[in-house]
Amino acid sequence: MTAMLLETEDLTVRFGGHVAVDAVSCGFRAGELTAIVGPNGAGKTTYFNLISGQIAASAGRVRLAGRDITLLNVSERCRLGLGRAFQLTNLFPGLSVLENLRLVVQARRGRGFSLLRLAGSDREVTREAEELLARLRLEALAEQPVSELSHGNQRKLEVALLIALDPLVYMFDEPTAGMSLDEAPVVLDLIAGLKARTDRTILLVEHKMDVIRSLADRIIVLHNGALAADGPPEAVMASAVVQEAYMGRELEDV
Amino acid sequence: MIRLFSGDGPRSTILALILIVIGLALAFAPFLFPGVRALETAARICIFVVLAASYDLLLGYTGIVSFAHTMFFGLGAYGVALASTHMGRGFTALGVGTLAGLAAAVALALVIGLFSLRVRAIFFAMITLAVASAVTVLASQLSAVTGGEDGLVYQIPRALGPAMRLDREIAGVTITGKILNYYVVFAISLVLFLLMLRIVNSPFGRVLQAIRENDFRAEAIGYRVVRYRVTATCLSAGFAALAGSLWAIWLRYVGPGTTLSFEIMLDILLMVVIGGMGTIWGAALGATLMVLAQSYLQNLMALAAGATEALPILSRLLDPDRWLLWLGVLFILSVYFFPTGIVGRLRARAAR
Repeated sequence: MTAMLLETEDLTVRFGGHVAVDAVSCGFRAGELTAIVGPNGAGKTTYFNLISGQIAASAGRVRLAGRDITLLNVSERCRLGLGRAFQLTNLFPGLSVLENLRLVVQARRGRGFSLLRLAGSDREVTREAEELLARLRLEALAEQPVSELSHGNQRKLEVALLIALDPLVYMFDEPTAGMSLDEAPVVLDLIAGLKARTDRTILLVEHKMDVIRSLADRIIVLHNGALAADGPPEAVMASAVVQEAYMGRELEDV
Repeated sequence: MIRLFSGDGPRSTILALILIVIGLALAFAPFLFPGVRALETAARICIFVVLAASYDLLLGYTGIVSFAHTMFFGLGAYGVALASTHMGRGFTALGVGTLAGLAAAVALALVIGLFSLRVRAIFFAMITLAVASAVTVLASQLSAVTGGEDGLVYQIPRALGPAMRLDREIAGVTITGKILNYYVVFAISLVLFLLMLRIVNSPFGRVLQAIRENDFRAEAIGYRVVRYRVTATCLSAGFAALAGSLWAIWLRYVGPGTTLSFEIMLDILLMVVIGGMGTIWGAALGATLMVLAQSYLQNLMALAAGATEALPILSRLLDPDRWLLWLGVLFILSVYFFPTGIVGRLRARAAR
């Protein structure tokens, strides 16, 4: 059995009297893609925020590769290998597409603090950013300011920034939300490609069941902030708790 | 040359032409525009270009609002003034004063930055306002050290003073120490300006822009945002202090009114906004226009008032005493028509 790359232990956060994430204990192995599902307001994004450090835990711990990171801030966690893409697109709008990617590659390589070099002069950084652009089929837009991109392309870039970061733990929060049908496969292929990296783990918050079926090795279900189910996709989807908490309602909506 | 140096050209033909004209006019100012007043204006432009550019490094590139920029400017100026007063005239005094002013400015920026930038950028604005006011009060009250409201008058090396004359003329102009002094100011300002242009176009400069655009994401991709903000603050303070030292060497006088006052702080803010925030070129353009307006708007208005003498109300309105009113009108118009500054507007035009 491989060791857990990421673990949360009784992870809890309270906002006033409301318990948004309720004592979630869960481990994530390397080489695994875990889909996190649950109805709106179940605490999926809040759980992500607790893991990546955007909000502080009221109780419990987060461990990355065995190291307790509960008290570290966002940027420290990121440098240890925790990478996150956001549900609401969260880019550098005034800068070009290429510059957005270069900033991430440069951050990972720790080259931000050089004051007298020229920004474009680091060939390795530029090449890596350009390769990623090609995989996303965004080469033609390299010099465009991000603020002028379509929503779909901004979503693609959001995912690309995380891939450029090359973390140990990838956290995708509804990566294909609002994308058109022909755009989503590019992003999903990229995520599927990441599964070849068996020393990494991938967390994916997703609503679309077909996406989950094709990508997930495991599903965990959050309901009212608590862990309601955990297991292989077929078993979890069939279980009563999911039918009640999530699937059933979704089906009714449809 | 500029393209090679920073990779960040003016990116607009009109802008490039304007900047070349400004650069050439400043480079040959003593010969093109003889007279004490013109030379004073040219030196003031050089120094305020550096000062506005250093403020833009903070405001335009990093997105931090500071009200203490004149304090750092003043520290550089008082450094030179105090050293020249106590060590006697000489280049050593200028060097020691400049370095001491620079060190004090960077150290103070570091303390203010570490203390306040950890919390929120808006907190920094309030702290700088408080510290800057305190320093201004101190400078005017500690008369024994700073000369109080009267300031300090001191001597600079003879070679840079107006009394020194070379026995030769170039292009019909007698070379005096004042002209040499101007070229010291011009050359150092040029070097500082190009250095800042280089810094904002470095990987570090890109991170500053990223922080301005989205500090939340900059943090989430692993940048130590506080460290970058504090470094930008220290750099900006350092360049402002060096501009202050040049100002002190040029004026041979330092007082609260010429270095620390809130009016100068406002001038710097206007220069950056008029020229265009987030471009070092904009700071250069804004500073030039602003200093020219301050120096010559009154003359221009006297001419206009004379020409319109026959029209009662108009000539009254154009009275030179009302120049501040017109400066205000010009500012409002420029912000209204160029919300992204003159540089932003010209670049947008060129991109079309």
